[in-house]
Amino acid sequence: VSAPGGHALLLDRGNLKRRNRVNRAIEVASTIAALLAVAVLLLVVGSVLLKGLGALSIHFLTTPTGLFGDTSGGISNAIVGSAIMVGLAALMAIPVGLLVAIYTTEFAGPRFGHAVRFVLDILNGVPTIITGIFVFGLMVEGNKQSGFAASVALAIIMLPIVARTAQEVLALVPANLKEAAHALGIARWRSTVRITVPTAAGGLITGALLAVARVAGETAPLILLSSIYGQGVLTEPGEALASIPIFIFQSSESPSPEAHTQAWAAALILIAFVLVLNVVARAFYARSRKRLGA
Amino acid sequence: LEAGALSNPVLRARRNLTDRIGDPLLRGLSGLAAALAVAAIVGIVYEVIHIAWPAISAFGIGFVTTNDWNPVTENFGAAPFLYGTVVTSAIALLFAAPISIAISIYLTELAPSRLRRPVATLVDMLAAIPTVILGLWGILVLGPFMHDTIEPALQSVLGFLPIFSGDPSAFGYLTAAVILTIMVTPIITSVTREVFETVPGDLKEGAYALGATRWEMVREVVLPYSRAGIVGASILGLGRAIGEAIAVAQVIGGATAINVSLFHTGGTMAAQIASQFQGAPGALQKPSLAYLGLILLVFAVVVNVIARLIVQRGKLKDTDATLTEAEAL
Repeated sequence: VSAPGGHALLLDRGNLKRRNRVNRAIEVASTIAALLAVAVLLLVVGSVLLKGLGALSIHFLTTPTGLFGDTSGGISNAIVGSAIMVGLAALMAIPVGLLVAIYTTEFAGPRFGHAVRFVLDILNGVPTIITGIFVFGLMVEGNKQSGFAASVALAIIMLPIVARTAQEVLALVPANLKEAAHALGIARWRSTVRITVPTAAGGLITGALLAVARVAGETAPLILLSSIYGQGVLTEPGEALASIPIFIFQSSESPSPEAHTQAWAAALILIAFVLVLNVVARAFYARSRKRLGA
Repeated sequence: LEAGALSNPVLRARRNLTDRIGDPLLRGLSGLAAALAVAAIVGIVYEVIHIAWPAISAFGIGFVTTNDWNPVTENFGAAPFLYGTVVTSAIALLFAAPISIAISIYLTELAPSRLRRPVATLVDMLAAIPTVILGLWGILVLGPFMHDTIEPALQSVLGFLPIFSGDPSAFGYLTAAVILTIMVTPIITSVTREVFETVPGDLKEGAYALGATRWEMVREVVLPYSRAGIVGASILGLGRAIGEAIAVAQVIGGATAINVSLFHTGGTMAAQIASQFQGAPGALQKPSLAYLGLILLVFAVVVNVIARLIVQRGKLKDTDATLTEAEAL
């Protein structure tokens, strides 16, 4: 659909003039809105780049955070802690999420499948701070904070993202592939594992990557579950672990400009990780959709 | 199909061992996973009520309307935070919904075709920025800008309104609302854009053939056709805004009273939990925070259910899939 109206034939006056003016105004406003969104993105990313790049150094990446108020340290403990907690969460959420999707697309009837989708959507809508309270009650209350508790919360946040994207792509797998497998007498589990899942692999990877990107920056549950940690690089998930989002949060609340500079530098690391993951996920998604002919 | 093939005992017996184990195993494992997802929801509701119980039995339903948060006298109420949550989320939606519709109009009707995908991707990227970074930006960049420029300007024009009274401040309801707007705009946009793309081309061409301008075509064809999707997307965005804890905690200032001026510091339910829960002293403060959490959870679930129902009632079968897909991307 292109060129609206017949400007060339109709004389632009009276009512038509007014209508064209309204149209023009809306077009300009829409363009400005789009520009505004892009500008805000550039502003935020630009601020992070501008203010974070200066503070970024090998020292910053390889030194653990100093004692409270000491800004001579770095974020090596936070990088390691984030990697452990997000990694554990992914190990829990990705297989379970994929299985949930397999259940709804391969085994459950339409009614029950719909109910599970509904539950996943609700779970996706639960504020992450509430998930934090849940895991706090489950694992931390009467006990102590731990990186493992945090990773359980992150896994619960990841689960609906992984499962719902997996459902969408599994549903795109051509039915005739499955029917061909069944006609050959291939068992359900074999056709699922050898045909359905590999065909949808690109889209499944997309969902997993997006879920990882989403929880890598997740802060709210970590405040309740893994925010008071010891000095140095800790790797034991039974203990509270440092993380990049908590480091940014705590530094941003500090009044000291040095702490703010450190927060920007840590934000640069996090934003780079998240955006790269998103770009890669999109590439997988585009390839997968093309392959599935959707 | 499956039942038919396997009901024959001879066929069933001749299936090899791995298949006889594999089928029920995969079915059982995946069913267990689905049960786990259901258990998570049930567990969340149970735990939040469980932790909140002392506060629920101490304050009852009156908690919702009590305009006090006093750790010294241990008298807690949700009103200041309910107010903060409603005000900040409503302002955010008021800005974000029209902006999202405008962006979607640009992306589907106006933008040159080689610009559409890159611009759409950039808008989506905005949704990927971790909220703690938006909050950091809010504290150090947006807050001072609100204090020095936006709020004085608002005051000079609309200062007679009580909501724009008092001293401009870097932290407060308005700054939080702007951060939430930035957060939810890309979420709403990704859904409305996808819905706009499903509008049949011949309907649009019909409008043009009748002499409609582009805006008239959008108003008469695209918007009515996409109404359910737009409303559903906006309500989903509202759900996100209501539940955001970190970015809001960073910029709202943490006051525990209702303030009419939007420049003033305040609090929301989610932000209050995020900033007070860890190490909350006293026998009733942590339960009271969990009680706030329970109210927040009810809000979030109701909002989500309504959004899905609207979309389904709109009979846009496609949109249900689109919602989650767009949300995730």
